[in-house]
Amino acid sequence: MMIRPHRHQPLWFAFVLHRLSGLGLALFLPAHFYVLSLALTDIDALNGLLKWTENPLLKFVEGGLVFLLAVHIFGGLRLLALEFLPWSPRQKTYAAAATATAFFVACGFLMNAV
Amino acid sequence: MIGVRLYLAQRLSAMIMAPLILVHLVVMIYAIQDGIDAQEILSRTRGSVWWAAMYGLLAAAVSVHAAIGLRSIVHEYLKITALPLNILTWAIGLFLMGMGANAVVAVTL
Repeated sequence: MMIRPHRHQPLWFAFVLHRLSGLGLALFLPAHFYVLSLALTDIDALNGLLKWTENPLLKFVEGGLVFLLAVHIFGGLRLLALEFLPWSPRQKTYAAAATATAFFVACGFLMNAV
Repeated sequence: MIGVRLYLAQRLSAMIMAPLILVHLVVMIYAIQDGIDAQEILSRTRGSVWWAAMYGLLAAAVSVHAAIGLRSIVHEYLKITALPLNILTWAIGLFLMGMGANAVVAVTL
């Protein structure tokens, strides 16, 4: 399969990462809201689901979710910086720092959770 | 298919969410320290105007942000335009806002 030239660009990768993480988070959102609303309607079901999240596989999935969130938030901040701040070469450093911070936050969550 | 107003709403909601999400992440990392238990968490969040205000604002901003983001994806891949696209955007936004309000009320009131 031929890969179109622009798809080799780091910015293309940044775009895809932002879009996929955003899509994943948007799809997760209704489930998240539903589980929280159980606090009012069915506290036993909520506790059951919270117990379910102690499962190691779920911890791993949660870590992935936090990673998506971290990637999306810092990718978004990069975008805001590009659009609203005067552009400078330092932004490559900011982008790298953003990725590192995203990874750090996700790892911190996973280590706390496991 | 994203006009100036939606573009600005997307950026503004992002600027509102960014600090609140970081607070949310720190709170979550703190809250799961000794395992997670509904009663324990609710005893801390219920009756707090500040948590209700913070999470209410976050839920509203995230609903706007997700609706506009999904609108772009749906438009690009499914070629939906004009009125159907607007209806879909509003439907997603209002659906998320309703569920979000439910969740915030359940946890903080």
